[in-house]
Amino acid sequence: MTNSANQEPDLVVLYGKMYQIRRVEERFEELFKASEIYGSLHLCIGQEATVTGACAALRSEDYITATYRGHGATLAKGTSVRAVVAELFGRETGCCHGRSGSMLLTDLAVGNLGCSGIVAGGIPIATGAALSARLSKNNRVAITFFGEGATNQGVFHESLNMAGLWKLPCIFFCENNLYAEMTHISKEASVERMADRGCACDIPGVVVDGNDVEEVYRTTAQAVARARAGQGPTIIEAMTYRLTGHMFGDAQTYRPKAEVESWRARDPLRVARRKLEDRGVNAGMVEEIHQRVEAEIDEAIAFARQSPEPKSEEVSRYVFCEPSANGRA
Amino acid sequence: MSSASRPLTEEPERILTYAQALNEALHEEMVRDQSVVLLGEDIGEYGGIFTVTRGLLEDFGRERVIDTPISEGAIVGSALGLALTGYRPVVEIMFVDFVFVASDQLFNHVGKACYISGGQRAVPLVVRTQQGSGGGKGAQHSQCLEALFCHIPGWKVVAPSNAADAKGLLKSAIRDGNPVAFLEHKALYFQKWPMPTGDSPIPIGKARLVREGRDVTLIAYSKAVQLAVSAAEQLAEEGVMAEVIDLRTLKPLDLETILESVAKTKRVVLIHEAHRFGGLGAELAATIQEKAFHYLKGPVQRITALDVPIPFNRTLEKIVLPSIGAIILAVHSSLGR
Repeated sequence: MTNSANQEPDLVVLYGKMYQIRRVEERFEELFKASEIYGSLHLCIGQEATVTGACAALRSEDYITATYRGHGATLAKGTSVRAVVAELFGRETGCCHGRSGSMLLTDLAVGNLGCSGIVAGGIPIATGAALSARLSKNNRVAITFFGEGATNQGVFHESLNMAGLWKLPCIFFCENNLYAEMTHISKEASVERMADRGCACDIPGVVVDGNDVEEVYRTTAQAVARARAGQGPTIIEAMTYRLTGHMFGDAQTYRPKAEVESWRARDPLRVARRKLEDRGVNAGMVEEIHQRVEAEIDEAIAFARQSPEPKSEEVSRYVFCEPSANGRA
Repeated sequence: MSSASRPLTEEPERILTYAQALNEALHEEMVRDQSVVLLGEDIGEYGGIFTVTRGLLEDFGRERVIDTPISEGAIVGSALGLALTGYRPVVEIMFVDFVFVASDQLFNHVGKACYISGGQRAVPLVVRTQQGSGGGKGAQHSQCLEALFCHIPGWKVVAPSNAADAKGLLKSAIRDGNPVAFLEHKALYFQKWPMPTGDSPIPIGKARLVREGRDVTLIAYSKAVQLAVSAAEQLAEEGVMAEVIDLRTLKPLDLETILESVAKTKRVVLIHEAHRFGGLGAELAATIQEKAFHYLKGPVQRITALDVPIPFNRTLEKIVLPSIGAIILAVHSSLGR
């Protein structure tokens, strides 16, 4: 859900996108339990405001890279529910023709250069996309989404240095959900604020409430404006929390229930809903959004179920490129 | 390029070093295609530690010849980002040994990008690097790592043995549209070769018959081709006619040329400077026995580096590396002598 007009997006629209991401993932959980989908499943339930607010500050031609917890990011950037759902079903109609599954979603048509199954894997790729924007002077920006755990990887620091050195239009968007897989960040990082890590590369860092979609939007929009103006990269550290485990089947023995409950009270959907109520948006309108989203997901699941599996004889297809790749005619 | 203008025969023949030939290929491709950009350590102002990129910064400017920090992971990752957004980056990794620093990007990302996106992402990315022993460079600056690249689907792998091939293959690599590992050899950079007239690219996936023979096939690539040719010359003196094939491209393999030769000579000796265990020789030997078992008169033999880190000491290094003598012994043994 990108924003070409550069206007403050309507909270109703942002809420609708977050609700869509939430419900798609809740349905994935059910489908996974029923063994209709398989493989790995890393949900971003509780983190929907980060990707939704951030992508709302982008234009459709801007770039993102994201992580194996990337369903929300690609939906927020504009991938259709059908394409994502069919991909998790492993079907030919999925956005990656059944070759990626949950972790590696890519949708070049909406500017998602790719999700990565490797922690920090997408960061240098977005840095390169930002370099590309700089070289071609097309005024695009790149956002790379990653968790706070990724800030301990070498390539994060390499990329920061490169982006800081060349003042690239790259936004390093850290979704700090407090846990690097199963380990609390206090046991992993030498700093309290991941945003501070930019200072080593002369990159400003800002911390934002990652569960407030409007705050995320505003902060990102400022960083994007800065990047487009040639003033270089920004680190955004969005404080958030995943309300489910690291992956499907995570026993979550590493965190107290009270902590989870305290964050549940700050669920980004609740936060947005409360604001909508405060602003007098009637419940009927919200209900309408819910129904529309549910119908969209029902339709997408039905579509995926009816979609063909990839052809066995095409198992080797796409190892090398075909003429249509990268949007080339 | 003073040597280029010096006529050695009646027909003025162009002589270039391997490094100069690579430089010409880069220059010509950058003129031909504005989307070709170079990234690497010390490639711009310094001109590359082996002079391959000398003069390109002056001709094409800082936006196309990009000196990078020493950050191999971010160099390759950002090149991937460039490749996905309209550029054709050519990365220089100063020594192949440094690819380990970039290995996540090379092997988890670049090589798989096209496939896992269902063909959405083409990756027109060339990684130029140089490998092999250069005399005393030691264990972290002398390796031959072609087997790594060959093992990961999505990569094409090229290893030119001479200046003409270096130029023609680099042009093809840049135009290919897929990730190509372009493996140069440090000991070849300042050797001189005659260049062919015209500058048509040499197709990826085609081996070259260097020398015809009927008794045994020597298969090599990169600098080891010189060992094979020297061995063949010595063998010829005793009446053994060795055929020499320069693979040029390691993946995809030119099986047709290999199998045609095996069918003729029925004996094979494989030569490479990489370690033996799990090296490309193992792949070649396995493939040859699968496809041409009934032609073979004896086991396919391998002459390779020992499975030892490359030692610094001159004498020890020599022991580790393949030699002409070892090739000749292998040929004798294959002929039952």
